[in-house]
This record gives sequence, structure tokens and C-alpha cells, in this order.
Amino acid sequence: MKKKQSLMQSIAAAPHVFWAILFIVLPLIIVVYYAFTDADGAFSFENILAVTEEEGERVLSGLPEYGQIFLLSCELAVIATVICLLVGYPLAYMIAKADPKKQKIFIMLLMLPMWTNLLIRTYSIMAILDDGGFLNTLLGTEMHIIGTKGAVIFGMVYDFLPYMVLPIYTCISKIDKHMWEAASDLGCSPIRVISRVILPLSMPGVVSGVTMVLVPSISTFYISQKLGGGSFELIGDTIERQFVSNNLNAGAAISLVMMILILISLAIMNRFTDNENEGGLVV
Amino acid sequence: MKKAFSRIYLFLIFGILYIPIVTLIFFSFNSSNSTAVFTGFSFYWYRELFGSSSDAFDALKNTLILAISSAVLSTVIGTAASEGIYRMKSKLFKKTVTSVTNIPMMNPDIVTGMSMMLFFVALVGVLRLDYDAFGFWAMLIAHTTFSLPYVILSVLPRVEELGKKYSEAALDLGATPLQAFFLADLPNLLPGVITGFIMAFTLSLDDFVISYFVGSSSFQTLPLLIYSMTKKKVKPDMYALSTLIIITIFLILLLTNVRNGRLARKKGEKK
Repeated sequence: MKKKQSLMQSIAAAPHVFWAILFIVLPLIIVVYYAFTDADGAFSFENILAVTEEEGERVLSGLPEYGQIFLLSCELAVIATVICLLVGYPLAYMIAKADPKKQKIFIMLLMLPMWTNLLIRTYSIMAILDDGGFLNTLLGTEMHIIGTKGAVIFGMVYDFLPYMVLPIYTCISKIDKHMWEAASDLGCSPIRVISRVILPLSMPGVVSGVTMVLVPSISTFYISQKLGGGSFELIGDTIERQFVSNNLNAGAAISLVMMILILISLAIMNRFTDNENEGGLVV
Repeated sequence: MKKAFSRIYLFLIFGILYIPIVTLIFFSFNSSNSTAVFTGFSFYWYRELFGSSSDAFDALKNTLILAISSAVLSTVIGTAASEGIYRMKSKLFKKTVTSVTNIPMMNPDIVTGMSMMLFFVALVGVLRLDYDAFGFWAMLIAHTTFSLPYVILSVLPRVEELGKKYSEAALDLGATPLQAFFLADLPNLLPGVITGFIMAFTLSLDDFVISYFVGSSSFQTLPLLIYSMTKKKVKPDMYALSTLIIITIFLILLLTNVRNGRLARKKGEKK
């Protein structure tokens, strides 16, 4: 009987292992293959070099260099993530402190925009902020907002704020109420309760919120297309442009570099939470 | 004082979060072509949406077929995988499998989309298929792949919590391994399995980026249709479509919340 079951056990994960090798690992190998070959299939470093080289051939075609595109994408994504954290943390805290019935309503209000497709949300912002859009018509002004960095950052914050708030809220609401009481009984001021007790304990939520905002912000192309008004290009746009113009080798190379950068930063952040958890256990 | 501040803050943030959505719904009832000036109330754009062409209907049908089939497939594979992963003897193998599974969850969608597209291009080349004819299958594979980690994420903890006691008892009492799983383990795992299914379903409904890379013109989903609508000068028919989607999501959220509230209350009464 035992034997029979162990056979079953080894079969249970088999379809998934097979699926993962075929549809996760193999596609990534193909990305690497494309990144290191030219259009004829000959081995070449050209795609990767064009990504890393400061003075690539990109300059000739009048497009900004890859390096600068990478930097700009990181800059906008980091600013958007920081704003999301600064706006989202107090929001998550206030929702977690509200009474349970209200909490449910707030969370639902947060989920509705999250479940609404990103294209719809982004487009509706664009329609409001556009030159002849709703805001300008309403105020009778001629503000030029679309096409600025600010508009793109606003779009990222608007689109991804719920992804920051939800994990932090979950984390704060799981903190034992006795912790708060113990801290204030032992003489902590309300601000110190937050900074010394709540903030460290909600760190895992902060880290997962940061990743959930940073990764889509850094790789977006729809937000920059619509709210950037085509005036600047992010990494996502570059990949998408290579895809549309069927320049798959260059697209694969940029994807590969982006993937490696993101996996490294995720690994660093995960290490950060692991340490926090251990620290929490010791205390 | 503190309460007033928190009230104002919540009101402000939720206000900003909802202004674009409310404006969009508002202008979907506009009688003219403008999305900035309201000229009068009408259902014109809703009639236009379903009257002029069958695009919206087809896209809706495709989206639902894809979401249901990819959610079923990923739930079946993911649930079996959770059982298998839990019982794996080699720690290294276990860790490798879970890390590889999580790649599509960690990676930006655009990279997953790019990698799958390159894979399908290569596959279609080797098998001498027509990419357009392969359209649905490519989408099904892609959606199942990015849903799998979420299914495993919601089922595996349940499997770990449940342990082996139920299935071992069933086996000792003479059940076959399949019976042990379906009769002893599965009923206890059901909440996790259902959560995984719902997650897979909504992820598939919502996905634009991966579908955009992998999809072909023969199989259009709602997000792809919306994308193609926003490429041109948008007419309020896109607003009408979006309004219908938002209202549907709102109703689903409301229903699940009411149901969960009822379940919680029942549990409370039992206690």
C-alpha cells in the first residue's frame, strides 16, 4: 500500500514539473538564445552590447541610448514606488484601525479599481488630464499635463497604489492588539508605538508592497504611451517597439537584462525580510 | 482631531481613486462623441457597442472561454502539484520546483510575454503550424502558466496544514490512493482550491500584457479589444464597454462580500 502511494505521490507533481520545464524554463532559454544571436541565427554579442554600451548605435537612429532609457525607467518607477509607500502606508494604517465593518467596505473600495483593467484606469486618467480633456474643460484652463514626467508618475501611483496598501494592511491587521497595549503601557508615546513596534512588524508587508509596485512600474509601456504622450520612452516601450517592428533579438536582449536586474533586486529585498523575520522571532 | 484627520485623508485618497472611474461611467452616457463635454443623457454608445459589430460579443465570449479553461487547467495541475510537492523527499528538488514555478510571478509581465512569444514562434516554426490557427492554444498555455504559481500559493499551505494523517488513515482502511485523495484530502483542501481557481480566473480576465505578446488576431479578448480601441481616437463606446466591465466587477465583489459575511456570521453563531 505504501509503495502504491509513493508512486501516486511522484506522479502528482509530474504534470506540473513537465509544464514548468516546457513553458517556463524553455522559453527563458530561448530568450537567452535570441539575445545572443543575430537575425540569421549566428552567435553575436551585439544585442547585449547595445544594451550595456553607453555609445551604442542607437545614437545614429536618433533614439535615446538604452542606458539612459534604463535610468529614466528606474527613476520614474522608484519615485512612484516611494510616493505609493508614503501615501499608502498611512492609508493601510488608518484602514486597519477602523472598525471591522468599515474595514470591509474600505477594502472593497480598494479592490474595485484593482480589478478594473489597467488599460481602462490609465485611459480614464488620460481623458481627464488631456489638453482638451475634462479637467481643462471644467476649469476653462489650458494646462499641459500629458507628456510630462509628473503625469507618468501620477499614472503609476494611481494604477498601483492598491497593490501597496493591501499587503501592508494585511500585515498591520495581523499584529496582535496586545503588542500596541504593551508598548503604550511600558511608556511608549503613540508615535514611538508606530515607529518602534508597528513599523518593524509590518516590514514584510512593506517589502511585498514595494515589489508589487516597483516591478510593474519599471516594466510598464501602456502608462508611458498614454500619459507620456510619446515624449519619452521607458524600457517597456523599447521592448514593445522591438516586438512590434519584429526585431526579436534586440527585444530578447533588453528583456534578459531587465529580468536579471529585477531578479537581483528581488533577491536583495527577500534577504531583507528574512532577516527582519528572524529578528522578530528573537524579540 | 486625529479622527478628523484620518477621515479627511481616507476621503481624499478614495476620492482621487474614484474620480477617473466615475468620470468614465458618466461620459459613457453622453449623447455626443466627446469625452470632455457632456451634452445630454443617452444610451446611444451602448447600442452602438453591440449594434454596429459583433467585436465586443466575440471578445467577451473569448475572454470567458479562455478564463474558464485556463483556470480549470491550472487548478487541476496546481492542486496535484501541491500534493506532489508536499510529499517530495528531496529538499533540493522541492526548492527548485517551487522557485521555477514562481518565476512568472516575479518576472515583469512583459518579460514573461516576450519569452512565451519567442517560444511559440519557435514551436510553430518547428511544427510547421499556422500561428493564427494556434492562437487559442498559445493563449491557453500562457494563461495557465502565469496562473499556476497563484494556484499553488493558495493550495500548498492548505496541504501542509492538513498533513498526511487523513490520506494515511484512508489508505490503512483500504482506500486506493486516488480514493484517499478525492474522499479524504480534497474536501479539506477545497477552500484553498476554490481561492486558487478564482484567482486564476480573475488573473486571466484581467491580463493584457502577456496576451498582447502571445495573442494573434484570430483570438481577441476584451483587454486586447480595449487596447485596439484606445489606439485610435476613442469614442465613448469604449467607455460604455468599460462601464459594463466595472459594474460586473462591482457586482461580483459585492456578492462575494455578502456571502463571506453570511458565512462568517454562521460560524459565529455555531461558536
